[in-house]
Amino acid sequence: MKRTAPEVLPAEGGLGDEPLLAVDDLHVEFHTRAGVVRAVNGVSYTVNPGETLAVLGESGSGKSVTAQAIMGILDMPPAVIPQGEIRFKGTDLLKLSDDARTQVRGQRIAMVFQDALSALNPVFTVGWQISEMFRVHRGMSKSDAMKKAVELMDKVRIPAAKQRVHDYPHQFSGGMRQRIMIAMSIALDPEVLIADEPTTALDVTVQAQIMDLLAELQRESQMGMILITHDLGVVADVADKIAVMYAGRIVENAPVHDIYRAPAHPYTKGLLESIPRVDLKGQELYAIKGLPPNLLDLPTGCAFHPRCPYRQDNCVTSAPPLYEISGTRSSACHYWREVLDGEQQ
Amino acid sequence: MSSSERVLEVRDLVKHFPLTQGIVFKRQIGAIKAVDGVSFDLRKGETLGIVGESGCGKSTLAKVLMALERPTSGSVTINGKDIAKARGSELKRMRRNIQMVMQDPYTSLNPRMTVGDIIGEPFEIHTEVAPKGDRRKKVQELLEVVGLNPDHINRYPHQFSGGQRQRIGIARGLALQPEIIVCDEPVSALDVSIQAQVINLLERLQNEFDLAYIFIAHDLSVVRHISDRVGVMYLGKFVELGKDNDIYDKPAHPYTQALLSAVPVPDPEGREQRERIILQGDPPSPANPPTGCRFRTRCWKAQEICAEQEPLLQIRPGTGHESACHFAETHDVVHAG
Repeated sequence: MKRTAPEVLPAEGGLGDEPLLAVDDLHVEFHTRAGVVRAVNGVSYTVNPGETLAVLGESGSGKSVTAQAIMGILDMPPAVIPQGEIRFKGTDLLKLSDDARTQVRGQRIAMVFQDALSALNPVFTVGWQISEMFRVHRGMSKSDAMKKAVELMDKVRIPAAKQRVHDYPHQFSGGMRQRIMIAMSIALDPEVLIADEPTTALDVTVQAQIMDLLAELQRESQMGMILITHDLGVVADVADKIAVMYAGRIVENAPVHDIYRAPAHPYTKGLLESIPRVDLKGQELYAIKGLPPNLLDLPTGCAFHPRCPYRQDNCVTSAPPLYEISGTRSSACHYWREVLDGEQQ
Repeated sequence: MSSSERVLEVRDLVKHFPLTQGIVFKRQIGAIKAVDGVSFDLRKGETLGIVGESGCGKSTLAKVLMALERPTSGSVTINGKDIAKARGSELKRMRRNIQMVMQDPYTSLNPRMTVGDIIGEPFEIHTEVAPKGDRRKKVQELLEVVGLNPDHINRYPHQFSGGQRQRIGIARGLALQPEIIVCDEPVSALDVSIQAQVINLLERLQNEFDLAYIFIAHDLSVVRHISDRVGVMYLGKFVELGKDNDIYDKPAHPYTQALLSAVPVPDPEGREQRERIILQGDPPSPANPPTGCRFRTRCWKAQEICAEQEPLLQIRPGTGHESACHFAETHDVVHAG
C-alpha cells in the first residue's frame, strides 16, 4: 500500500537551479540541565547529484548533529532547531509534517551509520532487516521483499548471499556488517546518501573495499553523497569538495584540491600540518595547542581564537563571517589572506 | 639515540587459546592461534612499531610481553631473565621494568579514584620505589613531566579531556621508571589535533628517559613517524620486519604492499593514478589458519609451493630486510605511479 504523497513533497526529476540538498544557516541547540549546548551555529552547505561533499571535523564539531538534523532523527527535545532551512530539491524539510518527513527519510535521503554492530538489531536476521525497507516503504510481501534483500546483498558483494540472508549480524565480520548497512541504505534508491564515519571502526584494507563500493554505487546511481569523517586521508581520496567544521560552524569551504594545496583557515592548516610526514621524521610534530572548546561556553568572537597562531585583538571580539575567497571557496577567518600566503612561503 | 644494549629478547613466542567443547568434561577441540611464533629484539631507547589488522594478534602479543598472559611456549627475556618463567616476587620485580599505556583513556582509568591515587597506585605495589611520605611529591613530579598541572592531583578522571587522560595513563606507566613501555594504540581514541600532542610527548619522554617502546597501532603514518623498526603482523606471525624506511619504501611482502597501498594518502593530487591493491575478503580464522603461507588465500602471487611450504622470516635475495614470502620482491607502492 503506497500512501498518497502530500503535495509539499519534493518532486521527482528535474532540479533547475536549486541544488539537490541545501543546508542553509542551520542552528541546533540542546537544552540540557547544565545549560544550552550550541552544537550547530549557522551551517550552510550544498550537495549536487553525483557529487561527494566531505564534512571534516573533530568530535563535538557538530558534523554528526547536522547530519541527524537532515535525516530528521534528532531527539526533539532536548534538541531544538531555532533557525535555518534544510532544502531538499527546493522544499524545506523542517516545515514538512511528520508523515511527509517519513516519506523522505530512508527513501529519498538515507544514512549509513558508523558502528554497524550496534546499528543492526541482533535478534533479527540481516535478510529480515534489509527486507523491512521494502515491506514498510513499498508494501511488498515477505517473500518478495526477501528476494529483493538477496539481490541487494549481491549488489554490495556479500558472498553466498542466498544462504547468508538468513544469518544474524553477529555471524558477519565488521566489513560485511558495514556492507549490510550500505545495502539497507541504498535499498530504495535514495538521491542523497549520508555516510557518517562509515569506515572508522574498520581496518585499512577493509576500509579501502568499502570506500570502493560506495564510489561505485554512487557512479551507478548519481547519488549526492555527504561523507562525514575526521580522516584527512579518506577525504583526499574521495571528496569533490570539503566543508571543515569547528565548534558548530563551517570554518572553511573549498574544492578538495585547493584545500590540500593551500588551506585558508588556521584550523585547517593546523590539521594538515599535524599529519606525520616522511620528510619530517625525527622532528617534533606540529600540534594545535590547547583543547577543543566547550560547547556550553563557547569563546567570544572566533571560537578558534584561543588556539590560533594568527590571532589578533579583533578575533576575540568579533566573530568572522564566512569570507568569500573565490566562487567556490570561503573561509571564516579575518586573516585568511595571511593564512593563504603563509602556505606559499 | 639507540645504543646496542638489548633490553628485550623475544624468541619463538606462541600463545594459543584453547577452544573447548562440553560442560562437565571439557574437551579441547582446537586452539585460537593468536600469536604463533614471533621473535624479535628491542634495544635500549629504540621504538619497534607493530602494525596489522584487527585479529592479527598485536594485542595478545602485548599481553604476553607484559606477563598478563602466560605464553604457550617461547621466551620473553628482559635484561637476561625470562619473564614467562618468573613467578612470585621475582615476577613482581621484573614487572617494574615493563609497563603499558592502554588504548582507551576513558575506560582504563578508574572513575572513582583521584588522579593522585591512579598514578600513585604502582607505588603501593612496589613500595621500594617511593617511600610513603615521598609519594605525593613523586606523583606531582610525574604530572609535571607529562604536561599536566601538578595542582590537579586531587581531581577525578572525568574532569579531564581525552588527551589529558591519556597523559595520566602515560604518567602511570612512567611511575616505576621502566625501561620498556608497551603502547597499545595510544592515540587512536584521540582527536586528530590532540594526537600530535601525545605523540610529541611520547617522543620527548623517550629521549629524556632512554625508554624503549613497543608501539602497536593501526595508523601506519603515526607508526612510521615514531618507529625505528617496524614489524608487520598477519595471523599471529611477523610477515616482514625491518627498518622503517625498508618497510615503507621497499616493502617486500605482498601483504605489506597491500596494507600500505590501502592507506589513504592525505593529498588529492594524482589520486586517480594511484596504485591500489585491494585485498579480497577477510583474514581467515586464527583457529584454522591456511597451510603453508597464511596469506596465500588472499595473495595474488600464490602458487603451489605457498600451500606446501611455510615461508620463514629471513633476509631474501634482492631485499635488505627480513620477509616471509617465497616470492618476496621489493616494490614501492606508496610512491609508484
